[in-house]
Amino acid sequence: MKSDSTIATIQQFDPREGLKLPLFLCRVSAGFPSPAEDHLDQRLDLNELLVAHPAATFFVRVAGDSMIGAGINHDDILVVDRALEPANGKVVIAVLNGELTVKRLFRTGDSFRLAADNPAYPDRLLSEGESCEIWGVATFVIHSL
Amino acid sequence: MPTPELYALLDCNNFYASCERVFAPQLAGRPLVVLSNNDGCIIARSNEAKALGIGMGEPYHRCQARLAGQQVEVFSSNYPLYGDLSGRVMALLGQLEPEVEIYSIDEAFFRLPLAAPAKLQASGRHIRDTVRRQLGIPVSIGYGPTKTLAKIANRLAKQRPEHGGVFAIRPGQDIDRLLAGIAVGDVWGIGHRSARKLATAGIHTALDLKNADPSLIRRQLTVTGARTQLELRGVPCLELAKTPAARQSIVTSRSFGQPVTNLADLRQAVATYIAIAAAKLRHARQKAGCLQVFISTNRFRADLPQYSNSQLLTLARASAATPELLERALALLAQLYRPGYVYQKAGVMLLDLQPESSGQGTLFAPAEPAKNQDLLGALDRINQRWGRDTLRYAASGLTRPWWPRQAKKSPAYTTDWRQLPVAKA
Repeated sequence: MKSDSTIATIQQFDPREGLKLPLFLCRVSAGFPSPAEDHLDQRLDLNELLVAHPAATFFVRVAGDSMIGAGINHDDILVVDRALEPANGKVVIAVLNGELTVKRLFRTGDSFRLAADNPAYPDRLLSEGESCEIWGVATFVIHSL
Repeated sequence: MPTPELYALLDCNNFYASCERVFAPQLAGRPLVVLSNNDGCIIARSNEAKALGIGMGEPYHRCQARLAGQQVEVFSSNYPLYGDLSGRVMALLGQLEPEVEIYSIDEAFFRLPLAAPAKLQASGRHIRDTVRRQLGIPVSIGYGPTKTLAKIANRLAKQRPEHGGVFAIRPGQDIDRLLAGIAVGDVWGIGHRSARKLATAGIHTALDLKNADPSLIRRQLTVTGARTQLELRGVPCLELAKTPAARQSIVTSRSFGQPVTNLADLRQAVATYIAIAAAKLRHARQKAGCLQVFISTNRFRADLPQYSNSQLLTLARASAATPELLERALALLAQLYRPGYVYQKAGVMLLDLQPESSGQGTLFAPAEPAKNQDLLGALDRINQRWGRDTLRYAASGLTRPWWPRQAKKSPAYTTDWRQLPVAKA
């Protein structure tokens, strides 16, 4: 004789534990389903907003105030995307003298200029033979209010 | 007629050393080494360190003065960083190639349709450039008609800079001269012992192995050796494994930073290792049916009495619950411990791993109360959010003089908000 149901588990009965029944937080109506059901969206996730390329995105802390004009203050966190093309006018992380620095990049053809966003700081022009590597493009800045 | 396919191996160059350079651009071009657990020996070297004659696996204490004299940068291993960067390399590769098998922390095989040499070179260069630009990690890529040949091609890509980090072996290509230059022990799947066995049969190079009598190879090296030989001949025998096999065991052990003589310190150490291993077990959604504890003295100190022992226990019911594993492990330790010895290392091994939801009940073991699951779940979540060890069992100790030395660890740049890399503005 073939039976349709099979025994999945055998558990010991512990009389001290009560029998738990699930409690539904909203009323389960026997008739109509919730009108919102068909329109349920996902919760908002900051990662979707701030991180376009997860494998190539890093968080970097800022030390200094040469970029306050861009809204970037000392101790802020920058979202840096290394997959983006360093285009003219973007805030970038550049490697200068072996250090990571934050500057705004201006490029026309083959010439580059790294500018601070604070009138107190001069532009950084690259001298002959000096190499500059663009580490990544800063896309968002995070600071508490 | 299906398109013939090529296998490829992507391999990160000097991976741990390269990871240390990602957030420290001042280290570019400098000799650099990374030390093993407990700062014991050298497990990674930058090319500049290799050029100085620093050997792989050299014990640190023996070359410490020399490294300082040569101004070599020294780092303790920073596995949170390496693991994170590895995941990113693999994710990037997965974006560029559809069929990828992750092989180790810094290697991955992939498979692609056979293409013209120029196209293969271009494709390999593109992967290489993308990983370099987006992660700062240099990689090499080898293509071949089999995985074993792809590994050989990768090795050649690394050794010969004129290839620009990419090298391809085409199906049917005459590679005998290449194979003649490779020692048989350097072929993937041939270890020291097999190499010695083969040497007695007059087989010293990869070419010798390729040309050897298959029945001899089958007898000496069993079916795995026979497969390696076929692969050297261009016949693919090893498939691309898409889903990794489930773990067979979890081992957590460390050498002690300071030698340990008393049971109390050993208890702390074993308790800590159990907590780490059990967390790994729960993360993998498994439970363990067997538990083993081992302790040993320092075998390099011939002047001190030696003792090394282990005990294995089969659990009445497979478990991933730290309190239960802790109790059993400490009981095993009590049986193992002998006073009067200077212990240098201890460890725990969880075996007979099963999926957490499987399992027959047993007649004699009580069912696990549900609140244990909640407690452990909360513990794991808190430690994940705030850092490993935020919450720990008292048995694992508050100050731990025996914890391995990690004197020169770089920051956890990508896994801890408090240790982010800093850019000057």
